[in-house]
Order: sequence, then structure tokens, then C-alpha cells
Amino acid sequence: MSTLENAPEGHGPVLRLESVRKTFGGSVVLRDVCLEVAPHTVTALIGASGSGKSTLLRCANLLEEIDDGAIWLDGEEITDPRVDQDAVRRRIGVVFQAYNLFPHMTVLDNITLAPRRVHGVARAEAEERARELLERLGLAGKADAYPDRLSGGQQQRVAIVRALAVRPRLLLLDEITAALDPELVGEVLEVVRGLKEEGMTMVLATHEMGFARDVADQVCFLDGGVVLERGSAEQVFGAPRHERTRRFLRRIVEAGRL
Amino acid sequence: MTVVKGEPAPEGADDTGEMTRGGPDGDGYVPSERRLARERHRRARARRATAVAALSTLATAALLYLIVVNAPGWPRTKETFFSAHYAREAFPKVLEGLWLNLRLLLVCGAAVLVLGMLIAIARTLRGPVFFPLRVLAAAYTDFFRGLPLIINLMIVVLGVPALRLQGVTVDPVLLGGTALTLTYSAYVAEVFRAGIESVHPSQRAAARSLGLTSRQALRYVVLPQAVRRQVPPLLNDLVSLQKDTGLVSIGGAVDAVRAADIIVGRSLNYTPYIVAGLVFVALTIPMTRFTDWVTARMDRRRAQGGSL
Repeated sequence: MSTLENAPEGHGPVLRLESVRKTFGGSVVLRDVCLEVAPHTVTALIGASGSGKSTLLRCANLLEEIDDGAIWLDGEEITDPRVDQDAVRRRIGVVFQAYNLFPHMTVLDNITLAPRRVHGVARAEAEERARELLERLGLAGKADAYPDRLSGGQQQRVAIVRALAVRPRLLLLDEITAALDPELVGEVLEVVRGLKEEGMTMVLATHEMGFARDVADQVCFLDGGVVLERGSAEQVFGAPRHERTRRFLRRIVEAGRL
Repeated sequence: MTVVKGEPAPEGADDTGEMTRGGPDGDGYVPSERRLARERHRRARARRATAVAALSTLATAALLYLIVVNAPGWPRTKETFFSAHYAREAFPKVLEGLWLNLRLLLVCGAAVLVLGMLIAIARTLRGPVFFPLRVLAAAYTDFFRGLPLIINLMIVVLGVPALRLQGVTVDPVLLGGTALTLTYSAYVAEVFRAGIESVHPSQRAAARSLGLTSRQALRYVVLPQAVRRQVPPLLNDLVSLQKDTGLVSIGGAVDAVRAADIIVGRSLNYTPYIVAGLVFVALTIPMTRFTDWVTARMDRRRAQGGSL
């Protein structure tokens, strides 16, 4: 059995967004976003900077409160104000662009904090699983190191382990390679590929178009606060329907990123 | 003397210091003539720096000495403030009194840390339920940071006994300690609050996204980082508290200052005050060294963890 085994799954999409609207002050970031994420699939969110990719992920994890619309996790409406938000977040793992590891804790403590304090797992058991995950991600010797002694790529892999340690139903990856040196990007993307093979359901916001094309079952192009185009990787990258998608991809190609 | 130490080696450049150690690398490395020459030059420069520092210190000390000694009132001042006779008489009494200051420091210090932390947490609580608590905490810090300590002491130490309340102590030490705790809790609460607010919001976001409740995020992620960062200003406040324990003498408690006071009142010679002052200074020095030691140990532990 896989060590990345998910929680028992329901029927239908893991995550569903319907007409989500989110504004900051006067500016509309998400106007009317609809999205469905099927179990064991990878969804890539692409789009220009400021198109709302990160905001969408933060809304899905209830770190931001949406203005209108609704979000479902495994068929349960999580934007209902009566819902226990902590319980919802427990089922979603998040990896941030800037890693956000806890600098005052060792790698091992970073990883076992949530299993121990939130899920009530015994220390020995939590540490055993943490070491197992670290080993698989090539970080076996780093358990007792503090985050600031690790390279960016290593820190980001630790952040992924930390998110996986609570066996999330869904993993949200927010531009996880954007802060990395180019030669460290590969090692992190390799981890994501491995997770896909294990059947982890993931939504990732990314600027790595080659990677998105490679790994995503579904690609969503965000523009002007809506999902302008949504389809398989071949369709969105190979035969984009919208002029704006074509223009965006042309710019990416010209920048040598695809 | 800091001049001699030179600049601390920048991080990661740990093989730029003294390095004719005979190569722990074990790869048969032999330092080149160029490197040895460079090191000789550095050592020569360090010796020169030490000599210059020593000379300049001597010159400054001599100058200060001459200015003081040649002042018109020096002979009289010397007799009134630096009398060896009264210093010998005062020293044991002052030390005896200092024991009270030390006890006050320990008890008030602990109380201040706890109360300060509670107030800081109260000020950062969100949610409508905590509104009165937030307001109270804010009013408390505003009031006691603004109120001069000496007035606070007079109100508590002299005012409370005047009320003649049943069951309330009139002991000047207890009341003085209470006044100190009231004022210093306000300072320390602000130090803690600044620490809490200096922790980047992304840390809280990371904690919450792992499913930690807001209380757990505060306890395991925000507070540990806040406290660690605030150790130097906290110890600064503790040093300050240490010398302000001398103010409880206004209520008649016999601490180091009061012990000096008694002799001064009898002899009209101010030397005991100088003795008491020097004793307080001597007491703060270990405290600052302790701070340095704690900080260094924290850094070292982190560095070791990483080298695994």
C-alpha cells in the first residue's frame, strides 16, 4: 500500500468551485470562477501574474473568505459559515511559494507538528512516518537540521513532506518553484510527478508551462477573473480556443519558457 | 577589547580565520607561501591594532584623571564621595541589603514575564468576545507605561496602608514589589506584543493550513519565534528592573540603597551611595554576559543541527 494513501474517497469531484467571486478593496481578482477537480487528477492553473491563481488556492483552503459563490470539498460545502474551518483545512495540504517552514523547529518537528497536535498521533509514530517520507524524497539526513541550513529545493521538499504528513485529501501547490534557483526546480517537480503517480489529487498554480503540459490532466487558463479556457493539456497548449490564451502562450514561448 | 578581535568571519567563510591547522581536510593540502604571507600580515596588523588600542586607552584615562583631579572642588569631593573609611563601613551593609534587591528581582521578574505575556496575548486576541479584554489590556499598558514608577510606588507603598484595609498587607517590600510588577508588566507586554507582530503572517497561514487552530498556531508557531526574537529587549528590561528594585527603599524597606542611606544620614558622607551604585553595576554585568551566552548558544545549536 502506498504511504501517500488518501483518505477514503467519495463520489464526484474532490473540489468544486461555483461562480466564486473575490475582491480585495475595490479590485476584482476572481469574478466568476467555476472549476471541478476529479479524484486522482492534477489540475494546473496558468495565467499571467495577478490573474488570481494564488488567490484561488487561498480561497479553496479558506485562508481567504470569498465574496460570492460556493466551494465544495468532497461534496460538502466548505464556504458555509457554519462549517468548522479547521476541520476543512485538516483535509487539504498546502505548499507555498516561499516554503513557510517554521524556522525555530527542526525539519522533523516541522513535519510532525500537525500530525501530533492536530491529529493526535503519538510522537514515535509521527516521527517514523516523517522519516519514511523524508527518505523517499531524498532528505534522509536532514531530519534534525533547521530549515535555514537547507537549500531552497530541500526546503521546498520538506514543505511538501510537511503537507503530506497529515494524509491530505487534496494538495494545493502555489507556485512552488517560483522562488527556486533554476537548477533546483527539477528536484521539486520530480517530487510532484511522483505524487501524481501515487494518485494524489493536486491543484497547482504554476509558471512552468512545460511541466504543466507534462503532468496536468486538466489545464485552466485564468484571465480577467474567470477560467477563460479549460481542457486537457494537449487541447489548451496545442489548440487554444481563445485569442487571449493564444497570446499568453505566444508570450511564454517567446520568453523561452515552453 | 573589540578592536583586537577584528571583524567576525562572515557566514560560510569559516576557513578564512587561523588556518595553519594542518589541514583537517585530509587531502594532502599544504598552505601556499602566498597564504602564509597573508596570515603573517594579518597577525602583524592585529598586533598593531592592540598596541594602538592600549595606547589610546591609557591616554584617555590619563586625561580624564587629570581633569578630575585638577578640578577646584576635587579634595572636598574626594573626601565626601570616595572615602575609603566609609566605603569599608558601608560595603557589608550594602551587600546585606542587596539580598533583598535580588529576591525582589527574582520574584518580580517571574511575575512580570507571566503577566506581561498574558497582557500581550490579550491584546492580540481577535473576535468580538475578547473585546473587553483587548480594551482592558490596552488601557493597562497605556496607563502604567505613562505613570512614573516613583509615583506608582508612592501610591501603592504609602497609599495602600493608609486605607487600613483588613487583610491587606502593609509590608513595604510586598507593596513595592507589587508596584514594580505593575509597571514592568506593561513594558514587557509591549515587548512581547512587538515580538508577536514581528512574526510574518505567512507563518500563521502555514500553521492554519496544516489544520492548527488559531490558539495552537499562536502557541506552537508564533509565540516561540516571538519570544526568541525578544530575548535581548526582555533582558534589557530585566536589567532595568534590577536597578529599579532600589526604589522600594522609599517605603522604608532596607535594601542596598536604604542601607547606604542609613549610613549617609548618620555620617553626612556620600561614599555609601557610590558603593551601592557600583554594586548595582557589578550585578548587571553578569546579566548581560548571560544574555550573550544564551543568544550564542541558540545560534550554535541551530548551526549544529544543520551540519548533520
